[in-house]
Order: sequence, then C-alpha cells, then structure tokens
Amino acid sequence: MNAESVATWVGALLTLMIFSFLYRDNAFYKFAEHLFVGVSAAYWMVQGFWQQIIPNLMAKLFPRQFESVVEAARGAAPEYIYAIPLLLGLILLCRLIPSIAWISRWSMAFIIGYTAGTNLPRYLVSDFMIQVEKTLSTPLWNPQATHWLDSVMFFVSGLVIVGGVVCGLIYFFFSKEHTGAFGRASRAGIWVLMVAFGASFGYTVMARISLLIGRISFLRDWIESVFT
Amino acid sequence: MKRTIPLLITAVVGALLVFAYYVPHPAVGGINRKIPDFFNIIAAFAFVLGGGNLLRVHLTKISRRDHEWLYALVTVLGFVVMLFVGLTMFGRDEDGRLGMHPGGDLASPGLVFDWMYRAIFDPCQSTMFSLLAFFVASASYRAFRAKTPEATLLLIAAFVILVRSTPVSVLTGWIPEPFAQYLHLPNLAAWIMSVPNLAGQRTIQIGIALGIISNSLRLILGIERSHLGGKD
Amino acid sequence: MSVLERLGSLDRRWIFLLIAVAVTIPLLLERPAPTPPSPIVQNLYDAIDALPPGSKLLMSLDFGPSTVPENDPMARGVTRHALSKDLKLYLMTIWATGPPLIASLMEEVVDAEFPDKVYGVDYLNLGYKVGNQGAIQALTSDFKGQYTADVGRGQMHPSRPIDQIPMMDDVRAIRDFDFIVGIGSGFPGLKEWVQFAGDPEDVPVGGGVTAVEAPLLYPYYPQQLAGLMGGLLGAAEYEAALTADFPRFEGPGQQAQIRMFPQTVAHLVIVAFVVLGNISYFATKRRTGR
Repeated sequence: MNAESVATWVGALLTLMIFSFLYRDNAFYKFAEHLFVGVSAAYWMVQGFWQQIIPNLMAKLFPRQFESVVEAARGAAPEYIYAIPLLLGLILLCRLIPSIAWISRWSMAFIIGYTAGTNLPRYLVSDFMIQVEKTLSTPLWNPQATHWLDSVMFFVSGLVIVGGVVCGLIYFFFSKEHTGAFGRASRAGIWVLMVAFGASFGYTVMARISLLIGRISFLRDWIESVFT
Repeated sequence: MKRTIPLLITAVVGALLVFAYYVPHPAVGGINRKIPDFFNIIAAFAFVLGGGNLLRVHLTKISRRDHEWLYALVTVLGFVVMLFVGLTMFGRDEDGRLGMHPGGDLASPGLVFDWMYRAIFDPCQSTMFSLLAFFVASASYRAFRAKTPEATLLLIAAFVILVRSTPVSVLTGWIPEPFAQYLHLPNLAAWIMSVPNLAGQRTIQIGIALGIISNSLRLILGIERSHLGGKD
Repeated sequence: MSVLERLGSLDRRWIFLLIAVAVTIPLLLERPAPTPPSPIVQNLYDAIDALPPGSKLLMSLDFGPSTVPENDPMARGVTRHALSKDLKLYLMTIWATGPPLIASLMEEVVDAEFPDKVYGVDYLNLGYKVGNQGAIQALTSDFKGQYTADVGRGQMHPSRPIDQIPMMDDVRAIRDFDFIVGIGSGFPGLKEWVQFAGDPEDVPVGGGVTAVEAPLLYPYYPQQLAGLMGGLLGAAEYEAALTADFPRFEGPGQQAQIRMFPQTVAHLVIVAFVVLGNISYFATKRRTGR
C-alpha cells in the first residue's frame, strides 16, 4: 500500500463520515468537520507564508539571507520600503493581544482604504457606466434579419432588455411610492427579476448536482480500486 | 490615535488609488504598483491572524474542558501538524531523501503537506459542498410553491433552464422553423438567459455598483466609521 | 389525510436517497450526453480558436477542490485547445487552492497528451499570488515585480528567476497577453479579471465559472467577456466544440459530457419533486380551504 492509496482511503472514509450527516448529526461527522477546519486554516497560512511573505516581503528586505530559498533574491539589493507592509502586517497580528488590539485598526484601515480606492473607479466603469451605455445603446432593429419573426423577436428582446433594466431599477427606487404608472413599471420590473431569479435557481441546482456527481465519482473509483 | 489615524490612513490610501486610476503619469504609476503589493503582503498576514485566532479559541475551549472540547483538540492537532509540515516543507524530495526542503514547490507530491491536502483538505471541502445537492433537492420539494403569479413565473423559468439539456426537450422538437429558433426548449433557455435574465442581472449589478460607489466614497471621506468598531 | 397530502410531509431522508440513486445509476453507465454548444460557449471557443500560433494565453485557475467537478473540465478543455493551436500557455492562480490543480493539469493533460510541449517554452507555471483583486491589479502594472520566479517542475525544470525564462521575455504587464482565461468559482474570479484587467487594460477576457455564478456574468457578455462556460453544461458544450474539431480528444476530453447524463437525470428528478410538492400543497390547501 503506497502513500497514494492511503490518501485515497483516508479521503473516502472522511467523505463517508461527512455524508453520514444526511442521516443525522453524529460523532463521525463532527470529527471530520473539526479536522477539516484545523487543516484548512493551516493550509491558507502556509500558502500565504511561502507564496507571499517569504518571496515578496522577506526576500526583498533581506535578499542575502533568503537567496538560498528564493532564487530571484540572489544578487538583489534590499528594498527598505517593504518595511511598511512588514510593520502593518505585524500591527495586524496585534489583534490577538486584547490590551493592544486597537492598533490593528491601522492595518485594517489600510485594507479598507485599498478596497474602497480600487472598487470605486472599477465598479463605476465596469458595473455602472458600461452597463448603462450598453442598455441605452441596445439595438431594436436587426438589418440582417431575413424572416419577419427574427425582426419581431429582435425588437421584443431589445425592448425587454431596455424596459426590463429601467423597470427593475424603478422597483428598487424606494424614495417614491409605487403607485400609478410608477407602480405599474415597478411591477413589470418584478416580473423581469423573477425570470432572472428563476434562471439563477435553475443554474444553482445544476451547480449543486455537479458537485455531488464529483464525489460519487470519487467513491466509485475508490470502490473499484478495492476490488481490482 | 485610535480613530483619527485609521481614518487618515483610509482617506489617503483610498484617494491615492482613485487618483492613480485616472492619472497615467509614470510617477503616479509607482503608487499603483506599490500599494497593491503592500496590500497583498498584509493579506498574507491576515491568514496568519486567522490561524492565530483559531488556535486561541480552541485552546481556550480545551483548557476549560468546555462542551465537546475533544473536537477542539482534533482541530488544534490537525492545524499544528499541517502547519509544521507546511512551513518546514517536510517530506521526500525527487531523490527520495526525507527531510525539510524549504523553497520548493508546495504541490510537490513527495511532501507530507501535499499528501494531507489530497487526503484531508480536498475530500472534506468537496464533500461539504456536495451536501448542498441534497439540501437543494429537499428545499425544492418542501419549499418551492407556486403561491403567486410571480412565483409561478420564477418556477417556469427554472423548469426551462433545468430541462433544456434533458430528453424532455424533444417535446418541443416538432416545432417548425423559424418558430423553433425561439420555442424549442434549448433555444428558449438560451433566450431566457441572454434577454430577461440579462436585464434582471444588469439591474441588480447597477444597483450593487451604486451601493459600492457610495459606500467607498463614504469610507474614503470618513463619513462611514462603523469598521472602526467600539467606542474607543 | 390523502396520499397526496401525506407526500407533503415526507421525511427528507427519502428525498436524499432518491437523489443519490438518481445520480449514481446513470454515472455508472458512463455515456456522454449530446451537448451542442450554445452561442455564448461557441463564442469563447471561436475567440480562442482565432488566436494565431504563438499568441500568449494567460489562464488563471481560481477555484478549489469543492468546484473541481465543474471547473476542472473547463481548464482541461482550454488547455487542450490552446496547446493544439500552439499557443503559449501561462498558468497562474489567485486562489491558495490553485497550485495543486495546476500541478495535476500539467501532469494529467500536458504530459499525457502533449509530450512534445516543453516547459518554459510552450507552457509555464507561475503559481499563486496572495491578494485577490490586488494581485490582479499589481500584475497590470508590473507583472515581473509580482512573479519574480516561476514555480518550476521538479528537478528537470527547477524554479528560475523570471528574467531567465524565454516565454517571459516580452511580458511586462497584463496588456502584453493576447487573451486571458479565468476559470473561477467565486471571489476573486472572472468578474475581477474583467474589472481589473480586461476593461482597464483592454485585453480580451473569457472563461468559465460555476453554474451559481454564470447568470450573474451575462451582463458582461459580449463586449467585456468574449464568451462564458457556465457550470458543467458549459464545460460539456466546450468539450463538444473541441472534439468536433479535434476528434483525438474523444474519450479523455469528454469528462463533462459523461457527467451530463447523471446531471440531466437529477434535473428531471428535481423538477418532479417541485411538481409533486406543489400538487401536495394545493391538495392540502383545497381540503383545508386555506
């Protein structure tokens, strides 16, 4: 029995332990769940350490000391500006010490400032301006249509897209009462949103079933390996 | 100190990044390179923080012999072993030598870290997510009711999407062209996705974008302060 | 209580069992389901197919073991397509769970089906970078500053400084790539590639996501997203397009199509559940008058 087959057996047993939850909550499931929590937390830490902290921080601050593990550090000059993220990173870890946890807000502030500063222009462009532009420039006439039905459906589709977006946005506008024409437009928006949610539900079911197929496929391969 | 400096940091970093997006000058490009780099490094420290917090919570549970503390012991043992073999890159190298091999590839098959990933992490995560298939089936049976016209429309759209790739779609195979272009189930599903679904998703996307833009502005200008936490 | 009403209060463990059976039996039959490509998948295929030999294709595997059944066939399909077209394939990831997936992709697809392809000349493993969208943003301005070395492939191809790799000679930033393929399952993923790389740097972006995320990305198509594979069905459609042009991939390159058979059976079972549940609900409602 080699390491690979032991890994398969361990994986299969853990899979069955987690599936046992479907019958009812039990000790096997809890064991597998808690083991997974510990192993995954360490996994993320190790990845962050070897993929970022060592090559992109320590090797840039102390290239000579790390050239044996980071090839790119060989012969490189120290970049002392990286003392800033080192300091901010260590400050972030102060969150673990209750008496000085408040100082970790400085690092959190950097993270939040970064996220706000990058999201603002990008969402403005990709998710707002371009989307509004595309909606308002939706063509309603297809000059290359050869059949009357294609022309009608092209027009209807364009109308649904433009009208659907406008009516959907009207639905989400809560500063005005949804009465009269405004209310009717809001209702049309709900209908469009319901179709979108129905499509999302269909795709969600597809996604979940795919994952189950993957696990059952793994168990099938394991059982086959037992008998061959 | 406790509130003013964080607000200043958020304002300066946020404003610099917005400025750098719109100004293509090379000097500004340096900001655009360094700040994301710093962020990436701090994000790696956040993983360390997560691990440290996990240890603190579970060790407390073990020391107090709280309810189900033995499971907390399992968590801590799994964490410590995975951390040790990962940080030291313990295992066999390509020549079969057992030992620590820092600086190599974490996905190298001889490492114990990689073995634990394939034996524990991979199957556990995959199986946890696959449980959702059962719960979505149960929810479909027990909760999805066509109580209103809107709910009925939702279910009809979902049915079309679900059955388009099944043999049931032959039920619409008799429809003649050009009507089949729009009414044959796979084509109807494609139309639903690229027309009403697109309209609905675009609406939501624009709404979310407006929310993110306004919240980002509020954070940069210091109007939004809830992320700073408590009274001090 | 009538039979229909009793059905409404069925123990959910019977439902679990039915779903398990509905998936297991068809899976054992291993028959590929016919999945003609939809327009959105065909557009992605055509966009990659139109790239001339030697074009640089950056593929980011931004998913974990939980979504391998959906995302892995997508990555394999694009890898087969890219290497068959003699494109230069650059593999990377912004998910910590990505590196083992890249390793198995190279071992099980590149080594097994393209033995003539040379690491560092035809394909390259750049590995993982922490930082989510920050990693993408850093790559747009200084690619080599982020990736100072490749990951390498064992003793035959040890990790090297990035400037020593011929494939990286004329790569300074994201805009030096001819196409970006994002295979993802959440945040960060294909949406971030569109927002942080495709739109600001004007590089064509396409890819595949899990079925949960697919409907959300339709607004980006076709101007901001060249094409999209949505879930297992999208992967199967891409495989169908690929095997139509490259019949040698029939068999090993049809994993998603084989899994579509149990998928479709399960869909029909779910639809039946919803219909039965509603029949039971309306029967109860009529009896109680509420």
